[in-house]
Amino acid sequence: MNQAKLGKTDMLNLFKKMLLVRAFEEKAGELFQQNLIPGFIHLSIGQEASSVGTCSVIRPNDYVASTHRGHGHMIAKGADPKRMFAEILGKSTGYCKGKGGSMHIADFSLGFLGANGVVGGGFPIAVGAGLSIKLRRTDQIAIVFFGDGAANRGTFHEALNMAAIWKLPVIFVCENNQYASTTSISYSLAGGSIAGRACAYGIPGYTANGNDVLEVREIVGRAVLRARSGEGPSIVENKTYRYRGHFEGDPQKYRSPQEIDGFKKEQDPIAVFEIRLKTAKVLTDSAAKKMRKDVAQIIEDAVHYAREAPLPQPEDAMEDLFVNP
Amino acid sequence: MTERLLSCSEAFAEALHEEMKRDDTVFIIGEDLRAHDGIFGQFKGLPSKYPERVIDTPISETCLVGAGLGAALTGMRPLVDLHFADFFTTAMDEIANQAAKIRYMFGGQARIPLVIWAPDGGGLSAAAHHSQCLEAWFVHTPGLKVVAPSEPADVKGLIKSAIREDNPVIFFQHKKLFAQKGPVPKEEYLIPLGKGDIKRKGRDITIITYSRMTYFALEAAKQLALKGIEVEVIDIRTLKPLDFEMIAESVKKTYHALVVHEACLTGGFGAEIAARIGEELFDDLDAPVTRIGAKDVPIPFSPLLENYVLPQVSDIVRGIKKVLNLG
Ligand SMILES: Cc1ncc(C[n+]2csc(CCOP(=O)(O)OP(=O)(O)O)c2C)c(N)n1
Ligand SMILES: [Mg+2]
Repeated sequence: MNQAKLGKTDMLNLFKKMLLVRAFEEKAGELFQQNLIPGFIHLSIGQEASSVGTCSVIRPNDYVASTHRGHGHMIAKGADPKRMFAEILGKSTGYCKGKGGSMHIADFSLGFLGANGVVGGGFPIAVGAGLSIKLRRTDQIAIVFFGDGAANRGTFHEALNMAAIWKLPVIFVCENNQYASTTSISYSLAGGSIAGRACAYGIPGYTANGNDVLEVREIVGRAVLRARSGEGPSIVENKTYRYRGHFEGDPQKYRSPQEIDGFKKEQDPIAVFEIRLKTAKVLTDSAAKKMRKDVAQIIEDAVHYAREAPLPQPEDAMEDLFVNP
Repeated sequence: MTERLLSCSEAFAEALHEEMKRDDTVFIIGEDLRAHDGIFGQFKGLPSKYPERVIDTPISETCLVGAGLGAALTGMRPLVDLHFADFFTTAMDEIANQAAKIRYMFGGQARIPLVIWAPDGGGLSAAAHHSQCLEAWFVHTPGLKVVAPSEPADVKGLIKSAIREDNPVIFFQHKKLFAQKGPVPKEEYLIPLGKGDIKRKGRDITIITYSRMTYFALEAAKQLALKGIEVEVIDIRTLKPLDFEMIAESVKKTYHALVVHEACLTGGFGAEIAARIGEELFDDLDAPVTRIGAKDVPIPFSPLLENYVLPQVSDIVRGIKKVLNLG
């Protein structure tokens, strides 16, 4: 799974996916500003290496359980930005017919078991997916994305223990962006490391530079290999940073603009990868420019589709509760 | 009494300032309280004034609710902030099996001065995990008192009483009412738990409601007043204990009752009120008691769908006409 094994096209695809996630999120932020998105949204700008790197080493039929900050995970798993925008605009052609919105977006056909409005809600579900994989004797795996804050829920610890005793193919991928809403990990995280918690359960706990897509790939890749070969779960802690507020409109009194700028300047996952690709002569300036243009077009088309899409009929609210009435 | 206009959030914060000053065993515990004075700004000025008594926790509801209980059992008077009422699910054992039962199970040994403060309700396109009204779960659990006020003055008077209570109180506040303004007395006052309030007098029909639906009921009453129908609106304010006396007195005068809440209809608290009216006031009724509540589905995201699911003023108007047989 190391860089050497990645072909040029793979590298460029990774880069393009990261651009796509960012462009999606930036556009979502814009639409929110324009009051076109109801409710509230949590953007993952700054965390693209984690979502894209992780999903690039798993298969289409592997499972992903996501979080409230799940747009990037969805796109990285292969979701269609058209239907994603339609969902977060509350339209009937959205992934969940307008019933879920940003915080409850899902595509079960992609093995995407859902974003989640409840922090820590995904852990036990991923354990269940892992158990089902084991019972069905397939070689799938389950990934559960979670934030640094979610690592303090009891569900995290219960899930780790159960996944470990049964050696389930579950990978706990933490996106440690240093904050849970307003709360810094320097205050809330005993022991200082999420990967370090693996040790209590006798499983590997890896820490990755979550702003380096190739490192994320390599480390998640190791955990995937382990999970697929029946050796059980791992924690991967991707150390990263979110650029935007916890939600759009967050006053962010808990951190300084300088702190944010520092990350943008020095560790931006897209800039870091772009420089690397250019230095390795995999990407030229003009190719990068074209890629950005293509991505912008995909996003523009998606937004156009979503804005034109029909609203649900009010009575549709009564559908989908049960398989049979 | 002098009054000024305050929002529900301002009235709430003022109450906490008064209670924390009065009693230094009162403290607040929950997530993200300090940086922004609570995620809704509901604790304005308190974190800086009481650095040690406004306590941020990790995302660990099971433990922070349970810790509130433990502190209450051992001499403190905590107000637990639950962020969103939807997260009750993550601490149900601490509430329903522990807080609600400890005094009784142990033969009356313990006092439990614990308030769990929970912002609830829909109308914000916040979808299924951030929009629920869950009060029925708690009224169905002996050992808990349950409060769900509407007006700012009631919020203030009731939260002060809840803090001084020696029993566990589940205190709901509707998110859509945080900015709702109303007159609040300048002098200190308390409103006892278990007392309703008649928000509008009328002779033709009694609406029994609470929380945000009080405002919806008042709007419906206003519309029908133009047609000569006089609706009495009772805001019960406290669900448990329930001021059934006030309800009975009103129904004996109007002979008609409509119960309205935002929570979904089936198994909602409206069923309890309707049943009691049926059992105890059957002879006073000119028509069956009717209930209005949300449709029996989770709260959907898209505003159109959400509005369809949640009760609207027009539903209440229709309900009144139905009870009064006005076609
Ligand atoms: C059980 C529960 N508690 C609290 C919340 C409110 N909440 C939503 S996101 C969030 C912070 C989550 O932090 P983290 O897990 O680090 O993820 P991040 O937002 O940084 O991606 C909180 C407290 C929630 N949704 N669910
Ligand atoms: Mg975080």
